[in-house]
Amino acid sequence: MSGNSWGRAGRLGYLAYCSAVFLFLTAPILVIVPLSFNVEPYFTFTEGMLSLDPQAYSLRWYRTVAEDPEWLRALANSLVIGFAATALATALGTLAALGLSNPAMPGRSLAMSLLISPMVTPVIISAAGMFFFYSDLGLAQTYPGLILAHTALGTPFVVITVTATLSGFDPNLTRAAASLGAGPVRTFRRVQLPLIAPGVISGALFAFATSFDEVVTVLFIGGLDQRTIPRQMWAGIREQISPAILAVATVLIAFALLLMVVVEWLRRRGSAKPA
Amino acid sequence: MRPAVLVLPLAAFILVTFVAPLLVMLGRSVHDPMVADALPETLGLLRSWDGKRVPPEAVFETMARELLKARREKSLGRIATRVNRVQAGLRSVLMKSVRRLRGAQPPDSWREAMIALDPKWGQTRTWHAIRRAGERFTLRHYLHALDMDQAPGGGIIRQPPDLRIYLPLLRRTLAVSLGITLLCLLLGYPIAYLIANAPPHRANLLLLLVLVPFWTSLLVRTTSWIVLLQTQGVINDLLAAVGLIADDQRISMIYNMTGTVVAMTHVLLPFMVLPLFSVMRTIPPLYMSAAASLGASFLQAFRRVYWPQTLPGVAAGSLLVFILAIGYYITPALVGGQSGQLISNMVAYHMQQSLNWGLAAALGGILLGGVFLLYLVFNRLVGVDRMRLG
Repeated sequence: MSGNSWGRAGRLGYLAYCSAVFLFLTAPILVIVPLSFNVEPYFTFTEGMLSLDPQAYSLRWYRTVAEDPEWLRALANSLVIGFAATALATALGTLAALGLSNPAMPGRSLAMSLLISPMVTPVIISAAGMFFFYSDLGLAQTYPGLILAHTALGTPFVVITVTATLSGFDPNLTRAAASLGAGPVRTFRRVQLPLIAPGVISGALFAFATSFDEVVTVLFIGGLDQRTIPRQMWAGIREQISPAILAVATVLIAFALLLMVVVEWLRRRGSAKPA
Repeated sequence: MRPAVLVLPLAAFILVTFVAPLLVMLGRSVHDPMVADALPETLGLLRSWDGKRVPPEAVFETMARELLKARREKSLGRIATRVNRVQAGLRSVLMKSVRRLRGAQPPDSWREAMIALDPKWGQTRTWHAIRRAGERFTLRHYLHALDMDQAPGGGIIRQPPDLRIYLPLLRRTLAVSLGITLLCLLLGYPIAYLIANAPPHRANLLLLLVLVPFWTSLLVRTTSWIVLLQTQGVINDLLAAVGLIADDQRISMIYNMTGTVVAMTHVLLPFMVLPLFSVMRTIPPLYMSAAASLGASFLQAFRRVYWPQTLPGVAAGSLLVFILAIGYYITPALVGGQSGQLISNMVAYHMQQSLNWGLAAALGGILLGGVFLLYLVFNRLVGVDRMRLG
């Protein structure tokens, strides 16, 4: 903004304040990454680390995690549940978004409110309800139960990202395809899907991130066999916090950064296309 | 293809996997047939009891018979627990009496025998409690969740102030959520403004800084706050090293309310910044310059020109943060200690520890109702279809 009416001191103070907020946003991550390489089992910077002594750093905790069957099993569980839930959520969510973006859709805002509701409902309540309901159906402590739960929690993200992409979509394109003799499936595959692909992929990544980070439904309806990475971290934080958690956390941060960069890239690609 | 056909699969999926569980939970909050199914005859007789004097022999005899049967069917413990929730202390009375009556010769008078075993059998309060525990449909879980109870003779009484648990916790949850919302606004508004008015490539970079925590695992961020804030943690070490605090006077910033507020503000801040940013991005900087050129000071121009235009973003961000805050569970559970617990943690406690599922469902129902109302307001003011991510 133009600072002429504001004064230099005010502008400097404002920038300092903003820097502090950005520091607050990123500090936890800036701290955890170096500490995960600590050779000592401490959660704070040792003198060796501060003087950048290479002896003070090690991959010890990464080895601990990589050799621990419990963490490996948790990783496998997280991937299985995450992929299955993402596939289901993406398919259902994309279809629904196509319907919702059609101006002829009756009760549009009501339907939208229903489909978004898993995102705003406190997870503890969803998880408690699912515990009762899924137990009655014999789905508690099973993989299908958790996959269904994570799908329900992930679909709102797909619906939101795909409808956002479709809001810039020219409906004449589907009509043109139809008039040229394409059936609905072919129109979708050849015309709509390529255009909404960035939104679909972003939505899928959001859904995967949701499942990959979800712990409350795992606590309530998952059994010992379904322990996921967040569940394992939860146990680690509650019981005895070991520096191995910091190694896992660092890997998850790298993973999150990767997801974020892909989604941002897709989003810009999506919005960069000519209107 | 008809659009409704495309929406139907997901709508059906959400109704079955998500809405049905919520309805089952709400059902649990008012419906508990356990005691009614186990003591049908006793409860039938108690229906015609006047409630003023100790019930007649027939009631005692039927009660003893049905309790012994429940013991054989291994449901006595669950019945006793439920009666105990209506009136504390009755669990041991039931368990002890059944243990003594079992195998003994049938007495001439069950009434005298049971009163001899425990004088509580001779009190009308006990029988009122059994009658109420036997209600198939009941509002008592909701009454308990609001720190109230049914008086033995009818009518509703409030718990004495020192026994009230849930109302203070609800108040605390609302106050903390409001505080966190304000904190997020105070921290988020200036940086949203900075990003919205920065040159494009710097804006992109700054936006990534907001998005990094948004994408990072919640458990990772919670772990980081433990590492940063604990008494042997990074911040305390730093303060001690530069001499701001003595080594034996380290500040406890975690496992209490401070920990909950700091970590939750961190988690929810992106939800404030992103809606603010998307509104501010559409406000041309020209307006502020115009106000300045007309002689307005910065504060005047901000208050009269800029702020009113950002109100939709302020409303969207604040409502979103508030809705997410009042139902928050993970962060308070991990870093809140005793004093930093919120209403969700109480739901989890009754689900997992006390196993009082009716009460957990009632607390969940109250929280769900609150969130539902806020969601309606959000929908009205902002519109869910205008929600954007990232």
